[in-house]
Amino acid sequence: MRPPAEHVHWLFAAGFLFLGLCLLARAVVGVEVWDVRARRAYLWPGLLFAMGLAMWPVMVFFTNSAIHMLAHGSWAQALMLAGAAHLGLARGKLTSAYWRLTLPFAMVVSGTALLIHEQNGWLWSRSAFVHHAAGWTVIVGALFPLLATFLPRRSTLHVGFALTVLVLAVIIFSTRDVAPVFGHLSSDAGTSRR
Amino acid sequence: MHDRLADTPRPRGAVRLVLSLGPATVVAGVVWALIQPYRVTLLNPHGESFWWLAVEPPLLVVVVGIAFHFAVARGLVSDLLETDRSSPSRR
Repeated sequence: MRPPAEHVHWLFAAGFLFLGLCLLARAVVGVEVWDVRARRAYLWPGLLFAMGLAMWPVMVFFTNSAIHMLAHGSWAQALMLAGAAHLGLARGKLTSAYWRLTLPFAMVVSGTALLIHEQNGWLWSRSAFVHHAAGWTVIVGALFPLLATFLPRRSTLHVGFALTVLVLAVIIFSTRDVAPVFGHLSSDAGTSRR
Repeated sequence: MHDRLADTPRPRGAVRLVLSLGPATVVAGVVWALIQPYRVTLLNPHGESFWWLAVEPPLLVVVVGIAFHFAVARGLVSDLLETDRSSPSRR
């Protein structure tokens, strides 16, 4: 009953797509309007926390290698930390704006995990390329929440963060276990899927 | 009833954008299904396992668009218009 790896990627992509749409809407209307309803204020950090939780079964059931376990484990912790910190900020239990730095931290950890747990060459297969593209997207995109911590009124930074998450969703939706990328697939990869 | 404040530039543009996100996502999913119909296993099932029938990327995109529109966007637009109506700086 364990889902194939690519299906897990697609489910996470759906989560990122919903998260990205929420963040984009939040950037468009402004944080004040978004936070009018408590359930909305908790929605995106709650989703982030839930995706961190969901990363644990991925770590447990997809033990391709030690580096996979370490990457997914650190990733789960970083996502849960960022989600929990922003839930605390939304609830008012945490007051220091520096707790927002947990988000760029989680993104750098996530990006690094994406890069190191798929070590094959970029064009070995689509899966390898997608993981590298996603890793660098997340690491570069971490600049948006990092700068937004110090410039919270700059709406372009919030839009940039939302678009980063949406681009990430598109990248993850395009993953396949074994498929060519840019017309190339290693002969060692196995039978290709479309 | 015609809402004068809803016609001011900021809420009008923001409302249109927020209300277009969900439908645009649904359209993206449908276009994807048309371009790559083999991604929708339900169209031509051949004894695939549960996951191949339950998790189909274009359909996931459509479901996310619908969920966002009805669970988030419509309430958000109501609050945006309400906030602008009660904000003195907008009058």
